[in-house]
Amino acid sequence: MLAALLGLAWRESRTARRRLLLYMSSIALGVAALVAIDSFAGNVSTSVKAQSRALVGGDVQFTARGAFTRGATALLDSLGRAGAQVARTTGFASMGVAPRTGRTRLVQVRAVEAGYPFYGAVTTRPAGRWAALQSGAHALVDPALLVALDVRVGDTLTLGYGRFRIDGTLENVPGDPGIAAVLGPRVYIPSRYLAETQLLVFGSRAQYEAVARFPAGVDAGRWVRQREKGLERLQLRARTVADTERGLTQAVDRLGDFLSVVGLIALLLGGVGVASGVGAFVARKLDTVAVLRCLGATSRQVLLVYVLQAAAMGLLGASLGVALGLALQFAIPRALGDFLPVDVVVRPEPAAIFSGLLVGVWVALVFALRPLLALRRVSPLQAIRRDVDPGAARARGVDWASRVVDVAVGASVLALAVDRTGRWRDGVGMTVGIFGALLVLWLSATAVMALARRAIRAGWPFVVRQGVANLYRPGSQTRAVTLALGFGAFLVSTVYLARGNLLRDLDVRTAAARANVLFFDVQEDQAEGLDSLVRARGYVAPGGGLTPIVTMRVSAVNGRTTAQLLADTARRKAPWPLRREYRSTYRTALGDAERVTAGRFFSGEGSPTGVTELSLEAGVAREMGVALGDTITWDVGGVKVPTRLTSLREVQWARFEPNFFAVFQPAALRPAPKQFVLLARVPDEGAVARLQRDVVGRYPNVASVDLSLVQRTVGAIVERVSLAVRFLGAFCLAMGVPVLFSAVAATRRDRLRDAVLLRTLGATRAQVRRVLLAEYAALGVLGSLAGMALSFGGAWALARFVFRQPFRPDWLAALAVAGLLTVLTVAIGLLTGRDAFRAPPMAAIREG
Amino acid sequence: MLVARELTKEYQSGGRPLAVLRDVSFDVPQGSFAAIVGPSGSGKTTLLGLLAGLDVPSRGSVRLDGTDLSTLDEDARARLRGERVGFVFQSFQLIPTLTAVENVAVPLELRGERGAARRAAELLERVGLGGRGHHFPAQLSGGEQQRVAVARAFVNRPRVLFADEPTGNLDQATGARIVELLEALNREDGTTLVLVTHDLALAGRAGRVIRLADGVVVSDTPTGAAAAAAAA
Repeated sequence: MLAALLGLAWRESRTARRRLLLYMSSIALGVAALVAIDSFAGNVSTSVKAQSRALVGGDVQFTARGAFTRGATALLDSLGRAGAQVARTTGFASMGVAPRTGRTRLVQVRAVEAGYPFYGAVTTRPAGRWAALQSGAHALVDPALLVALDVRVGDTLTLGYGRFRIDGTLENVPGDPGIAAVLGPRVYIPSRYLAETQLLVFGSRAQYEAVARFPAGVDAGRWVRQREKGLERLQLRARTVADTERGLTQAVDRLGDFLSVVGLIALLLGGVGVASGVGAFVARKLDTVAVLRCLGATSRQVLLVYVLQAAAMGLLGASLGVALGLALQFAIPRALGDFLPVDVVVRPEPAAIFSGLLVGVWVALVFALRPLLALRRVSPLQAIRRDVDPGAARARGVDWASRVVDVAVGASVLALAVDRTGRWRDGVGMTVGIFGALLVLWLSATAVMALARRAIRAGWPFVVRQGVANLYRPGSQTRAVTLALGFGAFLVSTVYLARGNLLRDLDVRTAAARANVLFFDVQEDQAEGLDSLVRARGYVAPGGGLTPIVTMRVSAVNGRTTAQLLADTARRKAPWPLRREYRSTYRTALGDAERVTAGRFFSGEGSPTGVTELSLEAGVAREMGVALGDTITWDVGGVKVPTRLTSLREVQWARFEPNFFAVFQPAALRPAPKQFVLLARVPDEGAVARLQRDVVGRYPNVASVDLSLVQRTVGAIVERVSLAVRFLGAFCLAMGVPVLFSAVAATRRDRLRDAVLLRTLGATRAQVRRVLLAEYAALGVLGSLAGMALSFGGAWALARFVFRQPFRPDWLAALAVAGLLTVLTVAIGLLTGRDAFRAPPMAAIREG
Repeated sequence: MLVARELTKEYQSGGRPLAVLRDVSFDVPQGSFAAIVGPSGSGKTTLLGLLAGLDVPSRGSVRLDGTDLSTLDEDARARLRGERVGFVFQSFQLIPTLTAVENVAVPLELRGERGAARRAAELLERVGLGGRGHHFPAQLSGGEQQRVAVARAFVNRPRVLFADEPTGNLDQATGARIVELLEALNREDGTTLVLVTHDLALAGRAGRVIRLADGVVVSDTPTGAAAAAAAA
């Protein structure tokens, strides 16, 4: 029997396969997204596991917040005596100078000891130069530095007072993503020449790390766990290979979760498309089903025949999606390769393929089942009576099968949402959000239908009246199209609004910047000289000049020491504000990039002996758990400086200004050891290069940042991100096309019948076309605007809860998306309805 | 084999019941040929639907081979139709996506019977369309489509065949050939034939004419040889 029904299902689907496939292709893009994301995440996890040792460079990586303390050094030395291999590295920014060409560039210096890295290989060009690095004053550099300094392999590079021979360029450094080089080309030198450079002076920022390779048989993870408290006391942070694996895969998983939420929404939107399209398909099959019922088919047999058709097409649609997903999977590493610390080996992930296929077929089936269930109740009377209303044979009482399918749809959405977000709370929230959006759209459609009925006026042109009347007439497609189009508009618009918000925050504000060059690591005895040099050329930024920087840590808050506060388990605040080293300044006026949000900014110098007034950045104050009037005691080079919090500030960190968490009244900090930064406004690129060269020639330890270069660099990164987000937006838009087709096709026969009647009664083709245009334009505008309105809510939620930034709506982008979708709706409507005004009425009547 | 007792069918119209059929009763013996005639709106199609089990009466009963159709649910009636009833429709009602032989085979396939395709081909041969089995309905003329429908109606060896205006969409000559086909199969297989038509000449070929007007039977008379036998 099943074989016979399978045969009947296959044969009966002959003329409908292409159409069914079009409806099922609604889910293809969603499946593609899920397969691509899951496969890529799987590839990255596998690659991380395979390369994690190389990423760390050893079995354990130690990092310190400052230079290694004596205790930390002693610990590392003891590791060496116990048979472990230990290599220290020091990383910092400085100016590299090419004596031959006179050019200078900010570089990322990495001074490494012999043996580093213990795992993984650094590849160079010419090959094998890493092995020779420690044999003399050699340097291996990023290829970009050769271009920036206009030098070649073999030339000399000076770093401070040290001179190094450029031995080769870096091709691949395990664990060091290529993207890091855009912020400053890397220069690797032997550690033993670091002191010679004299670059690490008071207040210099550097990263101090050490990697250790333990003897065979020693469990690095257990070693670290046993010494956790001790390492904390030594201000050392230890990461094992397992920690790195976990951290990296978690980061990738989070990115994957976010992207797969988009994929899930694509899939669900596809489900809406499937439901619409299958609804249209069912409408075309009512006569056939009535005949089958006359010939002896039971309701179960009829349902099975068409469920088999839907399942087969669903499988095809999902398979299409899998194929597309596999293609995308190979493209993703090309786009993201520079951002990843591992070389991703791309290969098909069977689990991702299988789950994508399964989810795709399930979604297609469960959404198709709802309209298919109506076939059970097609009356056989329809075969002999044309006036039998196909919907009249509704179930008397509760239709339990439909209820079960409704619950299955809801449960499927919830299960997928929880699976994709990884947390019950987020999954439930997302499901509620999705159904809430659908409800809002449904209500919007209902409201507009009621409004259209009331708003229509006899004085309007016939074609407009007819088009608007089609919005609320029985069997109208208003709700279906509004749901499909509105949800698509909601999705696309949300992505664009969130993108605009995100990218706005990444924008390096130059128009509002006072300066375009920043000098830092300026020592006290160099400050005046540098200031004079810059002033002599007229380059001091308006309101700029020297800004002092004093390093300090929090010692106590309201009389309780940081140790007491950190040990207090009832205190539910993050520990980092109490542990970190602050680089603070003192002045008597607000900077341009900040504004007071509470209290009053001090104006006087303050007293060197009394309590100093303090202004904190609002965010760090919140994290620290302090309020106006609280006292915070600071440890400034061993000297306790008590302060009272008198104002909170909001700081625009993206502005190119020296911004600070903590700003003090001057008197207390003037005597403290300090360094300086200096802002300069330099007219052109050539002047910047000459100034940098002269400064580094006189003060080799002073580094400088050229804002225009930073802008270009950040701009390049932002462009990559923007490209990815634009692709996402286009992807969402592409999803909407088959969904729209399905929704519009649902009432194609009604359109055709109406149009044929109009033409029989004397309407011209142009009039019929204008009626369709009026209807689809109204539908397009309604759906797009409803979706757009929802998208503001979605983008606000993203900005508030995910990106944690203020939401600034981009009306232009939203309106552009709404406009584009409206045009798409009209185009699809006219395309699917073209028979209505192209074919002669007789032909259309025959088909009806 | 077909027994109708006090068949009544009412619909709600404007909040009041509207009787389309009232107290219709008659018996149709096995193997006989009965025609149901009446003007448009007389209830012919409604009566056909009730007799064939496509609908349920508001009152009264239909017994087909002793089975009271109103005691069965829709699926049970569908199974009964598949076993014992054949249909020929005015608008042929062939499934457009199936070929002629596939259309004929459908009733057997729904019952899971083996050899459906062979039996279907035999019947197409009997109706003179042996070489057209692989054609789709759109490739056949109206008369050919109706012959396919006739073949489909007989494929499951029905006990009773209902024909609803089988010649309504055909020209006279073609229609006559269809009726001849139905009569021949009726004679050869002993199938009871119930024909609904507004064509009195066509009805005259039946052994008995049941005349409906305004939902009631106004006359139920034998015709031709049957009338002569009754008179004798």
